[in-house]
This record gives sequence, structure tokens and C-alpha cells, in this order.
Amino acid sequence: MAKVIMTVDDSASVRQMVAFTLKGAGYTVVEAVDGKDALSKLAQTQINMMITDLNMPNLDGIGLIKGVRAMPAYKFIPIVMLTTESQDSKKQEGKSAGATGWIVKPFKPDQLLAVVKKVLG
Amino acid sequence: MIGEDDGLDAGREAFKEEAAELLTELETSLLELEEHPTDEDLIGRVFRAMHTVKGSGAMFGFDDIAEFTHEVETAFDMVRMGKLAVTKELTNLTLRARDQIRTMIEASEGKATVDHNVSKSIIGSLQLLTRGGQAKEVQGQESGETPAKKPSKTDSADGAHSITYRIRFKPAADLFVTGTNPILLLNELRQMGSSMVIAQTDAITRLEEFNPETCATYWDIILTTTHSANAIKDVFIFVDDMCDLHVEVVDEEGEYDEGEGYMKLGEILAARGDVKIDELKKLLGKQKKVGEILVDAGIVDSGHIESALAEQQHIKEVREQRQKTADGAASIRVPSERLDKLVDLVGELVTVQARLSQTAAINGEVLLTSIAEEVERLTWELRDSTMSIRMLPIGTTFSKFKRLVRDLSNDLGKEIQMTTDGAETELDKTVIEKLNDPLVHIIRNSIDHGVERPDVREAAGKPRMGTVHLSAGHSGANVLIKIEDDGAGLDKERILKKAIDNGLVAPDAELSEKEIFGMIFAPGFSTAAKVTNVSGRGVGMDVVKKNIDALRGIVEVKSKKGAGTTITLRLPLTLAIIDGLLVKIADEVFVIPLAVVEECVELSKKDIERTHGRHVSNVRGVLIPYIRLREHFLIDAEEPEMEQIVITEVEDKKVGFVVDYVIGEHQTVIKTLGRVFKDIEGVSGATILGDGTVALIMDIPSLVRSVARHEPAIAEAVGV
Repeated sequence: MAKVIMTVDDSASVRQMVAFTLKGAGYTVVEAVDGKDALSKLAQTQINMMITDLNMPNLDGIGLIKGVRAMPAYKFIPIVMLTTESQDSKKQEGKSAGATGWIVKPFKPDQLLAVVKKVLG
Repeated sequence: MIGEDDGLDAGREAFKEEAAELLTELETSLLELEEHPTDEDLIGRVFRAMHTVKGSGAMFGFDDIAEFTHEVETAFDMVRMGKLAVTKELTNLTLRARDQIRTMIEASEGKATVDHNVSKSIIGSLQLLTRGGQAKEVQGQESGETPAKKPSKTDSADGAHSITYRIRFKPAADLFVTGTNPILLLNELRQMGSSMVIAQTDAITRLEEFNPETCATYWDIILTTTHSANAIKDVFIFVDDMCDLHVEVVDEEGEYDEGEGYMKLGEILAARGDVKIDELKKLLGKQKKVGEILVDAGIVDSGHIESALAEQQHIKEVREQRQKTADGAASIRVPSERLDKLVDLVGELVTVQARLSQTAAINGEVLLTSIAEEVERLTWELRDSTMSIRMLPIGTTFSKFKRLVRDLSNDLGKEIQMTTDGAETELDKTVIEKLNDPLVHIIRNSIDHGVERPDVREAAGKPRMGTVHLSAGHSGANVLIKIEDDGAGLDKERILKKAIDNGLVAPDAELSEKEIFGMIFAPGFSTAAKVTNVSGRGVGMDVVKKNIDALRGIVEVKSKKGAGTTITLRLPLTLAIIDGLLVKIADEVFVIPLAVVEECVELSKKDIERTHGRHVSNVRGVLIPYIRLREHFLIDAEEPEMEQIVITEVEDKKVGFVVDYVIGEHQTVIKTLGRVFKDIEGVSGATILGDGTVALIMDIPSLVRSVARHEPAIAEAVGV
């Protein structure tokens, strides 16, 4: 069974790039446009990993990570956040919220796959 | 891999559309912001818009846009943090910047040209604003300009020479709550080079206090790789702040004296800070292995010792390997007779040495004893290295089978691949040669009877392509060779029915699974519905058994219906020398191979009376039949008051052998008996003892079979 990864980003282009890259590598991808959307989709689909942006309307990445970690099924899944270099404090905040790792934007498809492989196997 | 360019192109289009939307939103937000300069929600929207344009822009190759937008983003980041106020000047600049970004996007489509001077002037003015607002805030300037690639950095090109690292990875207890799987990290390390991983379990609490959601295990890894220490640390980048990570170089090509041996166990532990040097010295007075002493004293646990020993071993191997490559392929071809001669001589030497030791022990002369001990040590070393000369990697035969699998599966219209593992495992040359036929038979059987046709496999929900996996590896003094297939597995009922039809077992016999599977090795046995030219004539598997028996090996079958069959061959490392148990009957001495010996129990005359002369002994509630060797070998002498039963186990059946006296263990150099005595049942060879006398080496399985022929009790017990 292909592993399911959810990509959460308010930018359609980032979502598209992440989805395209991951599908090409054989993963199944679920897209969500922000934290709120992600949480509501999580109620219906079972995922193995989440890749989320931090800056998003409605519910931001930090809030989403906290929300996901509070769900028993997702207490230990890998969650990777997309950050920019200037957001070091955000990175820290994300880690304490329960993020597994991060990818610094901008990134190339190989970098994305390397991180996914690292945390998901 | 994936069509990266297609993805990028599609992404580029999406980015342009998205950017247009964002820029419109940016405009509205900025105008609103001008009226409500402190509205955090608006500031957030502006920042986010800039942020997305920058991030996505860089990702899809709009580096100029990303770079430019970064400056504006920096300004709004400061606004967000309250370090810069929203002024008319700022909104003006930002609006100009927004227009400039739009021009840049249009330029990428060839619709407009970018005036770089405008960009520069906007950036200049923005920088003036941000620096003026917060002169100290300069670190933001550089960030973002060099897209960081930390998580996937792989600097493999830092020199071809290999370095050995000692790594201790001690994750924080709450590692799991960040969704981190430490096994994946260890696997990542494993992929970097040759490594040994030892899990340390001393921090694990007792079961009742154990919390499975915390990580109490930590790991010692010895890794030889061409990567730099930074590359190793990069593996742990995500858990940087939640683990104790120590990476030390313990060996580097060219840097250490190659001639010298690696550190002693105690030194390694001390260097790691696991023990203190003075504690160690205090304990060293006792003449035990350092590791044992330390564990006994409770200073470190066995996990740490194991880890340090692994390091020692690993470095040794790495250095040996290096030495080998440095020396080039320095090898000499020698006729094997010369080698055999050498092995013979070593055998003689071992015998003479045993005599020397015995004489020295009897004399009690100190000087002689010390010489004898020295000779003993040298002899063992000589023996070991001579034996190792005869060792060859089994991989050479593996490659032959690949061809066999390919041709056979083609003939039968099946799709089968063969995978191998442990090709480097070394075995005595003679053993490898004698293994060839049995392996061919087993693999043929797997292909013919085991793996199903592709359509059958698909119907059963298996991949079309079947797999036959051949693996070899060490297990103590034995080598295990496994032939696994993912085919249909053995059909217990059919085997049993066939066995009954062929009169191999009584119809009412109750057999264990293992016994039933063992039937396939019976002569003349085949369950194949049709005889093919590959197998099915019922010759083959019994040959396997015979050959493996001759190598003093054991065959085991495991199978699950529908899932596959695994046949395991357990073989002794070498044929020339075995560990034996010396036993005595009257004046005769015999050797029983230690590998089959389970235990020794006493047998008194009273015990014999109690069983009314039947040859069985009650060992802890289990009745075990025994064979009186005195009777079997027709030794005519008075038996002692108290005899001994050596209980052996062959193929899960226990049989005892009654002897007068058990002398003890003996390193037995096997001498063949010569052609005349080749077919004698129950004896596999002879050996010369320390005092020069000859002792016969018993072949327990064949001895049991020969006795079973005229002793119904034994026959029943071993099911022959």
C-alpha cells in the first residue's frame, strides 16, 4: 500500500509542486489549503505523514501541528514543516509543538524526497 | 525518476496565476493598512503574501523575484514584530515594490522589460528604512539569500579515504512525540558505510514502570565511511536538540600506526568515559576477561561491553581490509594436496602437543609446564590459521545457481528471481564442493514444486514473480545455509498420505509437523503429481539428506502452506577438527561429537533393576532409551557399579549411550579410517589421543540407525 502524505499549504503552487514530486515517487497525496481544512480532512482520511506550511490563514502551521498531535492516531506520525531561513524562532516553536523536522523554502524536489525518506522511511 | 521538468513547468504556471492573485490582495491590504497602520491581521496578510511570493518564486526558478521580495518581506517581518512602524513611506515603497514584482513576472513571459535600477532604488530605500528603524538588526540581511539545503546535505565528496567514527546517539525520552523514528536514522547511518549498531538498554526501566511512549534505548554505532563528521551530524539534524550525540573519530586511514593493534577493551571504555581508569586498574588484578570483571563489579552493563568489543572488532576488520587492499591481491595458488598435507601435519602437532601437556602435568615441573603452555598456545594459533587457509567464500557457488534458476524457471514457464545474501561467508573448501549437489536438488525442488505459475500466484494475491532466496551466515561453530522460497509451501496432508501409501509410516501414527516434513527426505518419496524432467522421481531429497549427513550437518524444513518453504542446512565450519567428548568403556576410549551431546547422567545398577532390564532411563520425567555401548561393541569386561549415560540429540530424538566413565572434552583431529573401513556403521573416523592411543569417533546418527535395526525399543523411539 502506498503511503499517504498530506500537504498543507495556502499556496497552490507549493502544494502542486509537493504533490507532483511525491506522487512521482509513489506516494499518495492529500492536499489541504490551511490548518482548518487539514484537520477536517484528517477526520476522513488516514495519513502516514504530513508536510505543512507555517504561515497560513484560518489556522497556522503551529496550531495545526498541535491539533494533529492531540489526535491519538497521529501522536507519532512524522510531521515536516516548511519554513524560511529567517524563521528560526518559528522553527523552534514548531519543534516544541511536535514537528518532526523541517524543510527550508525554497527547496528542490530531491530535497523534499530526501526529507520524506528520512522521516518516513 | 520523476519528470521533474514537467512538474516545474506546471508549477511555474500555477505560480504566475497565484502571484497575480497575491499581488492584487497585497495591493488591497496595503491600501487598507495605510488607514489602519496597526492592524495586526492586515500586517500578517501583507507579510504572508510576500512570504509566499518569495518562497514559491525561488522554488520555481524566479530567483530575481525571490531575492527582491525578500527585502520587502524583511521589512514587514520587522513590522510584524513591532520593530518598525507602518509609515506612508513604507506603504509607498511596498506598493512600488509590488508593481515591480508584477513587471518581473510579466518580463518572464516576455511581455515587459525590467528596469533593474528601479529594483535597486526600491531595495536601497527599504534598507535605509529598516536599518534606520533598527540599526542592530542586520542578521536578517543575509538569511534567505543562500537557500539553505541543510536537511538533505550530503557531502560525500570529501575525500575517498575512509574514517571510522564512534557515535553515541542518546535520544531524549520524549523523542517519539515529535514523530521521529530512531530506526530510520540508524538505517541512514548504515547506508553511509559499513557499520555496527549496538543498542544500549541499561536505561530501560522495569516493566511496571515502563512507558512505551518514551524512548529509553540509546545506541552506539561504529561507522566506517568516507563521509565527514558533519555529514553524520546532519543525519541527526532534526533531533539536534533532543538527543545527546557524540561523534568521534577513532580510526583514520593513514593517520594511525597501522602495525599496532587497536585499543584494548578497557581503554575503549575509558576513552568513552564509561569507566574510570583507576577503577579499571584496581580490578585488573583478577585474571578474568576485562569485560566480565567490569560487568561483575556492576560498573558497566554488558551492553556497553558488547559495544566496545564491537568497536574493537570493527576497527580490526577495517584495518585488515585496508591492509589487504594496500598489499594488492597478494595471493599464491597452491595445489590443494599441499594444503591437505599441512592440515595433516597440524593434526599431528595437535596430538603431540596434547601429549606434551599431559606429560608436563604429570611431571609437575614448572619450567616444562610453561614451555608446554607456550607450545599449546602456538599450536592452537597454527591450527586456526591453517584451517582458515582452507576456507573459501561460498559466493562462488551462489552465482552458479543464479543460472540454474534462470534456465529452470524458463523451462517451466515460471517467473522466478533468485536473491542471495551472505556470499562472503567462508566455509571449508571440501564442504563447499560437497554442498553443490544437495543445493542443486533443493533449489530444483523449490522451483518445480514450490513456486507456483505466475497466474496461480496472481490468483493467490502474490506478486507474479516468485523468489528463491539463498543465504549463508555463521551461527556459533556452524554455518547456516538457507534456501527460502515464497511458493505454495508443503502440503502436510498430502505428504502424510503419500508416506502412508508408500508404507513409510503406519496409518495410525501420530506425527509432529517436523516429522511429517522430514518425510520428504525419505528415499523414494515424491508428492509431485506428475514426473517432470526436473524433479519428481523421488530421488533427490534423500540424496540431500545423505550428503548433508556425510558432512555432519543437519537439515531442517520449515514451511507454511501458501506462504513458502525454508530449508536450513546447518554445517560444521570445518571437517578436520571437531570438539568431542571423550568417554571410556573398560580400557577403550571413544569420542562422541560434542555437537550432539545434550547432557550426561548417572546410571546405577539400581536404576537398571527398577526398569526391569529395559533399556530406558527416566530423566526428569522423560523416558529416554539408551544403547549400551559395551554390548554394541562387544567389550567383555565387568561394568562398574555406577555407569554414565551420555544423552545425545539427533533430529529432535534423544538417545542415551551408556559408558563407564566420561573423561571430558577433547579437541579431536579427525583421521579417516581408510578405504577398507569406509562403510563401517557407527564410526566416522579415529583420532590419536595425548598419550598416543587411538580412539574411535562415533557417528551417532548412523550408530542409532544400525542399533534400531535389531532393537525394537530404539527403533520405536527414533521412529525408524
